[in-house]
Amino acid sequence: MIHSSAHVTKSEITLTVNGESRTVRAYPMERLLDVLRNQLGLTGAKEGCGEGECGSCSVLMDGALVNSCLVPVLQATNASIFTIEGLAEGVDLHPAQEAFLQCGGAQCGICTPGMILAAQHLLSKNPEPSGEDIREGVAGNLCRCTGYMQIFEAVAEAARRRNKVTAKTT
Amino acid sequence: MSNHRTNQDRIVGNSVPRKEGRDKVTGRAQYIDDMVLPNMIFGATVRSQIARGKIKKITFPPEINWNELTVVSAKDIPGKNCIALIADDQPCLADEIVNHPEEPILLLAHPDRYALRKAVDSISIEYDSLPAIFTIEESERRSQIVWGTDNIFKTYVIEKGDVESVWKKADRIVEEEYATGAQEQLYIENNGMIAAWDPQHGITVWGSLQCPYYVHKALMALCDLPAEKVRVVQMETGGAFGGKEEYPSMIAAHASLLAIKSGRPVKIVYDRMEDMAATTKRHPSRTRHRTAVSRDGKILGGEIEFTIDGGAYTTLSTVVLSRGAIHAGGPYYWPNVRIRAKAVATNAPPHGAFRGFGAPQSLFAMERHMDRIAQVVGISPIEIRRRNFLRPGQTTTTEQIVHEEIDLPQLLERALQLADYRSKKKSFAGENKSGTSKRGIGIAAFLHGAGFTGSGERYLSSVVGLEGCADGGVRVLVSSTEFGQGTKTVLCQIAAESLGVAYEAVSIAQPDTLEVPNSGPTVASRTAMVVGKLLESAARGIKQTLTLSGRLHDSYSPDEFREACSSYVAEHGPFRSLARYDPPTDIFWDDEKYRGEAYAAFAWAVYIAQVTVDLATYSATVDDFVALQEIGRVLHPVLAKGQITGGVAQGIGFALYEKVIWQNGRMQNGQMTNYIMPTSSDLPPIRVFFEELGNVHGAFGAKGIGELPMDGPAPAIINAVEDALGIHFNSIPLLPEDIFDAITSESQLASAPRSSGQEDSGT
Repeated sequence: MIHSSAHVTKSEITLTVNGESRTVRAYPMERLLDVLRNQLGLTGAKEGCGEGECGSCSVLMDGALVNSCLVPVLQATNASIFTIEGLAEGVDLHPAQEAFLQCGGAQCGICTPGMILAAQHLLSKNPEPSGEDIREGVAGNLCRCTGYMQIFEAVAEAARRRNKVTAKTT
Repeated sequence: MSNHRTNQDRIVGNSVPRKEGRDKVTGRAQYIDDMVLPNMIFGATVRSQIARGKIKKITFPPEINWNELTVVSAKDIPGKNCIALIADDQPCLADEIVNHPEEPILLLAHPDRYALRKAVDSISIEYDSLPAIFTIEESERRSQIVWGTDNIFKTYVIEKGDVESVWKKADRIVEEEYATGAQEQLYIENNGMIAAWDPQHGITVWGSLQCPYYVHKALMALCDLPAEKVRVVQMETGGAFGGKEEYPSMIAAHASLLAIKSGRPVKIVYDRMEDMAATTKRHPSRTRHRTAVSRDGKILGGEIEFTIDGGAYTTLSTVVLSRGAIHAGGPYYWPNVRIRAKAVATNAPPHGAFRGFGAPQSLFAMERHMDRIAQVVGISPIEIRRRNFLRPGQTTTTEQIVHEEIDLPQLLERALQLADYRSKKKSFAGENKSGTSKRGIGIAAFLHGAGFTGSGERYLSSVVGLEGCADGGVRVLVSSTEFGQGTKTVLCQIAAESLGVAYEAVSIAQPDTLEVPNSGPTVASRTAMVVGKLLESAARGIKQTLTLSGRLHDSYSPDEFREACSSYVAEHGPFRSLARYDPPTDIFWDDEKYRGEAYAAFAWAVYIAQVTVDLATYSATVDDFVALQEIGRVLHPVLAKGQITGGVAQGIGFALYEKVIWQNGRMQNGQMTNYIMPTSSDLPPIRVFFEELGNVHGAFGAKGIGELPMDGPAPAIINAVEDALGIHFNSIPLLPEDIFDAITSESQLASAPRSSGQEDSGT
């Protein structure tokens, strides 16, 4: 938790969240995680450790996978933030979400939003990842429930589903 | 029974979608920290900085505006100052005396989290320190009595045959001591609770927890309230593994006291460091084996002394001890045995429930000891196990007859083949003569009892309910909680299959003590087996109601059921069928002598680990892992596999990575940065295989599986490390520095190389 000292004042910060422009009033050093959760009501990103180890607070910031507990909100000024809430379109789940459901990639669910975003980030850079690529791609996100095996299966399945969709549309 | 269903569209045995899965993958699932109540403020805990002593003075510095804060001390507790569980020895807030570091002393609440933190940090407490003790050995020496009259929470003796008679008959006597360390559950969601108070309805808490009725019981005693004025609701829970079995009662108690005093809803959510420092961990253990064996490796008898460090208060230590003691003999036949088990007090924060509940500790010792006996006798790890496996008709250490048709030699053989054990063992032995890394392969065979131990299920007397709803669907009413294992899904599968309706037609209530009966705690690998079995009975009641009302024939389709159910509700309102646990008449347990049917069913397993030890970094890594188990019936293949892979990963952490560094009873590495759990790059392929014998005591033949996979990995891995290095390690976690120390001291000593498997010493 970052302590905001009394003499620092809040400022207006504008950022794009899941495609929508949002303006918040926050202390410059407030964590992006807290702003997303407490001001914008986006509670999909979770705090697991508060020090960038567990990845439960992962979001995409201008396409990069970041731990939102380590990002001061000031640094996110004018950035484009993408959270788990932006992934599904209406009632249709994203292929990565479908794959996690099907393969048992989510157990208690607390790491799941971050894990799915890590998977999505990996697949956007590397649409046909090898087993080793997947292992590395999610290595910044801790899961205590699954032993990761079904997460690997889910990411591989997400890649297949994604590529099927791409193949259809091209 | 309905007979419209073919095997293909059976629900049990198929991987149906997880009930709450959609909410989890979309981020909509509501965990406690996601919940906000109007007018809610935040609570925090002021904790002891010392291990043992008297509180002399508490100073509230004037630079903080204390009028903005709610402050609660032990004096504010309306009822009894204890967290009611087994013994009522643990205070909710320390009053005058502290017995461990991080013991709660004061509670504070404030609308602003930052101001709250500042206030907590500002308080200074002066103590008169008393000498404290931190190890099993110190506790046994009794230089300080820190609990009761002798520092002992509980002892058990399990005795079978005549142990004294075996020593003179023995060809070899093998003695060894084994130890396991504390382990943090490390659920990714930290503990948290919200409490709200109103004088008319009483106290309501929402939280991350495993056992709503444990919290309910604790709050009744603490707040001096009748049952109907305490309500406990489980929120989505982000992992638990036993770590949210008893401590949530403490946090709920704290939030409640603050809510009562402030008149506002109070949220307490721990950060990682507080969670790791203050809440329970796996009990550190020490196991001593003294075993009499014949020349050909048959166990003639032995003594096992199993001791656990319970920390400063009883919490669940007595029951952890019991399970550990009963599992201490492993899946082997002991004609004569004496198991002495003891839980001792120290000034560490209390240790508690963690998946496996004592069994991973005592089974680590047993399975390392089997390899040791094999060495002494001069036979292989395979042969020593084969010659001593329990067979149907034989009795366990508590003289429970093995009724199940389990064929352990066959289970072992299948595991060996799946792991390609023999050819690997041979080729590693060749490769290891040179090179800068050494490979090895190790076995662990074990069992895990499902359900409460002994007469536990009888005392629990669990109740489950099913409710017929207006839309013709059915709702499951249980206090059993979902925290990743798949409780909601599996119980809905069982209900749907029992009723002959679609899986989608069954929903499950959020565990809320106002609404659901007490189906017992979600622990002890009991949910699918015991609670599931009760749902089968409740389903019969629902069907009976509908058939007796003339709405349903004996044979029906899912559509006919839906129409019958909704028409019944339209006329009579929603209806419920409750089922209470009915103890099987053929199960006998003697609590005095600790003898009899300890568990209604055991799951059986053989795990095989393959490791590499890098002689440059001295790190051991697991390269391949085979987990083969007999679990009655697999109700949901994807969930069952997930339970095993997850448990194996935690077992690998227990063996090779997870070390709690203590200093004067305080955890020094309470962060994910320095308490290391396995990441996705640390784990081998975990290959999971099932055998299914069925089980008459479980729903659709199921046995419990939640804890089983925690038992086998550590001994299999350390056996493999010994196979690689020829060095005997008896203590976990085994870190690179431990391997370094052992290798350097070996090489200083060793002019003669050791040859594992041939050794004839240690007697």
